[in-house]
Amino acid sequence: MTALETVIGLEVHVELGTKTKIFCSCAVEFGAPPNSHVCPVCLGSPGALPVLNEQALALGIRAALALNCSVPAQSKFDRKNYFYPDSPKAYQISQYDEPIGQHGFIEIAVGGEKKRIGITRVHLEEDAGKLNHSPYGDVSFVDLNRVGIPLIEIVSEPDIRSAEEARLYLEEIRSIMQYCLVSECRMEEGSLRCDANISLRPVGQREFGTKTEIKNMNSFRNVQRGLEYEQERQTGILARGENIAQQTLRWDEATGTTLVMRSKEDAHDYRYFPDPDLPRIVLSAAYIDARRDEIPELPAQMRERFEREYGLPAYDAGVLTASRGLAEYFDQTAQRVRDPKSASNWIMGELLAYLKAAMLEIDEIHVTPFALADLIRLIEDGTISAKIAKTLLKDMLDSGKDAKTLIAEQGLIQISDEGELRAIALRVLAANPKTVDDYRAGKEKALGSLVGQMMKETRGKANPQIVNRVILELIAGGE
Amino acid sequence: MDFFSSLQELHAGLLKREATASELADLSLQRIASLDDRVHAFLHVSADCVAAAKETETVIGQERILDGIPYALKDNMCTRGIETTCASHILKGYIPPYSATVAERLNDAGAVLMGKLNMDEFAMGSSTENSGFFPTRNPWNLERVPGGSSGGAAAAVAAGMVPFALGSDTGGSIRQPAAFCGVVGLKPSYGLVSRFGLVAFASSLDQIGPLTHTVEDAAIVLQAIAGKDERDSTSANIQAPDYRAALTGDVRGLRIGIASEYFGPSVEIGVRNAVTKAIALLEQLGATVSPISLPHTEYALSAYYLIAPAEASSNLARYDGVRYGVRAVDAGNLLDMYEKTRSTGFGSEVKRRILIGTYALSSGYYDDYYKRAQQVRTLIRQDFLDAFESVDVIVSPTAPTTAFRLGEKVHDPLTMYLSDICTIPVNLAGLPAISVPCGVIDGLPVGLQMIGRMFDEQTLLRVAHAYEQAAGMAPLRPALAMGVKA
Amino acid sequence: MSLSRKDVLHVAALARLHVTDAEQEALAQELSRILAYAAQLNTLDLVASLAGVEVTSHMSVSSMVTRPDAPGESLPPEVVMANAPDAEEQQFRVPAVLEG
Repeated sequence: MTALETVIGLEVHVELGTKTKIFCSCAVEFGAPPNSHVCPVCLGSPGALPVLNEQALALGIRAALALNCSVPAQSKFDRKNYFYPDSPKAYQISQYDEPIGQHGFIEIAVGGEKKRIGITRVHLEEDAGKLNHSPYGDVSFVDLNRVGIPLIEIVSEPDIRSAEEARLYLEEIRSIMQYCLVSECRMEEGSLRCDANISLRPVGQREFGTKTEIKNMNSFRNVQRGLEYEQERQTGILARGENIAQQTLRWDEATGTTLVMRSKEDAHDYRYFPDPDLPRIVLSAAYIDARRDEIPELPAQMRERFEREYGLPAYDAGVLTASRGLAEYFDQTAQRVRDPKSASNWIMGELLAYLKAAMLEIDEIHVTPFALADLIRLIEDGTISAKIAKTLLKDMLDSGKDAKTLIAEQGLIQISDEGELRAIALRVLAANPKTVDDYRAGKEKALGSLVGQMMKETRGKANPQIVNRVILELIAGGE
Repeated sequence: MDFFSSLQELHAGLLKREATASELADLSLQRIASLDDRVHAFLHVSADCVAAAKETETVIGQERILDGIPYALKDNMCTRGIETTCASHILKGYIPPYSATVAERLNDAGAVLMGKLNMDEFAMGSSTENSGFFPTRNPWNLERVPGGSSGGAAAAVAAGMVPFALGSDTGGSIRQPAAFCGVVGLKPSYGLVSRFGLVAFASSLDQIGPLTHTVEDAAIVLQAIAGKDERDSTSANIQAPDYRAALTGDVRGLRIGIASEYFGPSVEIGVRNAVTKAIALLEQLGATVSPISLPHTEYALSAYYLIAPAEASSNLARYDGVRYGVRAVDAGNLLDMYEKTRSTGFGSEVKRRILIGTYALSSGYYDDYYKRAQQVRTLIRQDFLDAFESVDVIVSPTAPTTAFRLGEKVHDPLTMYLSDICTIPVNLAGLPAISVPCGVIDGLPVGLQMIGRMFDEQTLLRVAHAYEQAAGMAPLRPALAMGVKA
Repeated sequence: MSLSRKDVLHVAALARLHVTDAEQEALAQELSRILAYAAQLNTLDLVASLAGVEVTSHMSVSSMVTRPDAPGESLPPEVVMANAPDAEEQQFRVPAVLEG
């Protein structure tokens, strides 16, 4: 049998981080009591009219530009007509043939290789309400708080070739949106949602196979699992010589399978037409430039720069750019120390462990990048040992005090004075003649014991390099 | 003082304490009580209108002409706490949570809302026979229709139940009933008056305007309701000029255009003669008259009867029995609920237009119907732009006939549509137009339509006013209204 | 252009309108008449003159309108539900919605 190639395209919905809804001034709040952020516009009350939120437009344009889309000077809103209880007007205000962004792309790293995934379009639209279902299955309940929350839909080209690529693409979209402060992209709260189209075709064939659409994959893990499952399912069908049915499927996390929602025959006829209530969107070049200027350095650029400028391994660069906050934290720390890798080690090790245990975000901690850099520099110039620095960092995180203050309070400055250390070493050697003999007899471990004694005498403050050297010199000199 | 007095006279009467605002509200209630069992203009009379009138009495000032003046609204304008139905069973009992901008502005101006007026269901019709509740009758002849869809508004003003009313005009729904009932009806430029709170029929065509006895009254009411509204994105960013200041009575040198397309064979001879006479009078007043051409007029009806239903099919999809309105009681599943609710809630004309509009937008037909209609619309706008290069105002009949008999056209939707031939192109182009009475034939009024440049209501009102003064007909009183004591 | 009963049923289903057997034939005829009239837009002369003509989808002469992202008041909860034909615990109740 010929080898099959998987073809995936993703439709990603991102909630824009505005204070109010896209077409009315109701506040956006996750988890509010049902129907508490609702006005005549949300209700679809007769006579109510939409007015576009300037911030929703700005964030949408910023997002489109960050995804390398071209943003036309003009675009428009259309009505997408369908009946459903979560859609109060029985149409969704969306964009059909003139979206705010088109022809973009992003890059993902697949197995160390860069891969470009095309973005067909980015368009603005309003969210629908939420349906809650009675446990008895006889009725459903409609909550309109979510109605009108601004969304962008990001439609990819069918450039994705595996479930893993799909997950990487989605993660990259999330990072970009977070970096641009377009959205917090919390999948568990639904502020990032993903539907996928997937089909298979023999390798080398240009035409696409029959596709299925999968909905309800509400975590990164489920996106990968759902697509892996569907890829297997389609492979099985084709292997049996059967045809794929064009369907919309629903990923069921509990059973790890996809279920049929509707078949092609039930496909909607949305009867799109320009919304006469909303004048065309007209953007000046200056407006678009201003949105472009709002885009910070994006994760891909930052990863590259960290590798290039700081000599970080790709792995470190990847971890440190997972969020904009973390990346900026590292960047600011690394600029102030001699060895950027040590900054990376401290952040990826001690700091991330602390954040995870304390369930905090990087911007919620006491220790600023400046304070961390100070700490690292104290190690670099030999003022304190790495071991003491570890303890110090914990104290800094707990107390909010800087390293120098803590060192002064606790008298922790490293003893690097050779004369002082030599005097202490003489005492230690005199008190442990057997150990010295053991070392001379070839027991390398005995040296460690002597150094340990030195550390004990100095309460850990002795400079380990100097201690080693002094002890070896004294033992050699005493022969 | 009665409601055939001008707003200025009523205002002067209130200032001189010849009457109080609550007495005017009482007078309106009496007129409604004595006439409306025959005319059926009102769907709902406000219970607290007299109390509301009383509140205005302390504040009546020189410059506030509408303080204490009773009025009524077509029932497609939302009024907070007052039932608003669009004359549809599907909205029976619906109490809006907010008021339309026009209602707020009139309230701020001190006008007193007497109630809500009958109309063709969701403003779809030309006779008010499509009201879901009952037809309204023409005060000039109770066997005749008042026109539509603002038939209740035209009839209530014509019968002197209120001195003015607001209607809405999507394809002639203010001007044609104004013509049939012998009152003045003004459709402002699209965007001049906020649509916020106007229950949408066809959003790109709908516009609210006044029905009054005189052009000056129309100017006064327009002044109160015109101007930018932040809640309507299609509201024009225009500072309304002083419309009454434009009523100079002088039309010397003004250029009037006559388009042969508006004088086709469907125009009755009596209407044609009345309009011709009116044009001659304008010429006597010093205006020049020249022929113009609006070559795409023949396509206007087709375009309109695709665009308006298409928008309506979407605008009326929200009536699904979920959040408000009447839900069918015996619905089983969700689909059943939708279909039963909408099939029993809407009348046949509304359903017919929803079906046409749905068809025009549906997959495979959009380009041939909807899109082409929108292109035709561009040509029609261009026709007018070209014409306004050489003329200042275009004059035509408002409707090809006088008021027809109840039931005469109700089973023939297409013929009913054709009666809007003179008014529809104006909505497609978004222009302002006014209908003023220009004669009475066999006991039925005839309307003269004047069409102006976009946002040039001043010129339009000036010509209409000069004509009205010279013709000396206003206000017209139907016999029915004369026999009533109030 | 004429509509069949099947067309009427299809369009009615899209519009969520129930059409009885008796209504189907009458509607098919009425709609066909109206659409036949509308079909004058498809005459060759007109179609030729429409080539390249922009659509007028928005009457508005005003350019883009936006509002600031500042929260305003929502409706009080009891007002939101006041017109509801069927409600329970501050939510609108409808016959069961099957996922889809």
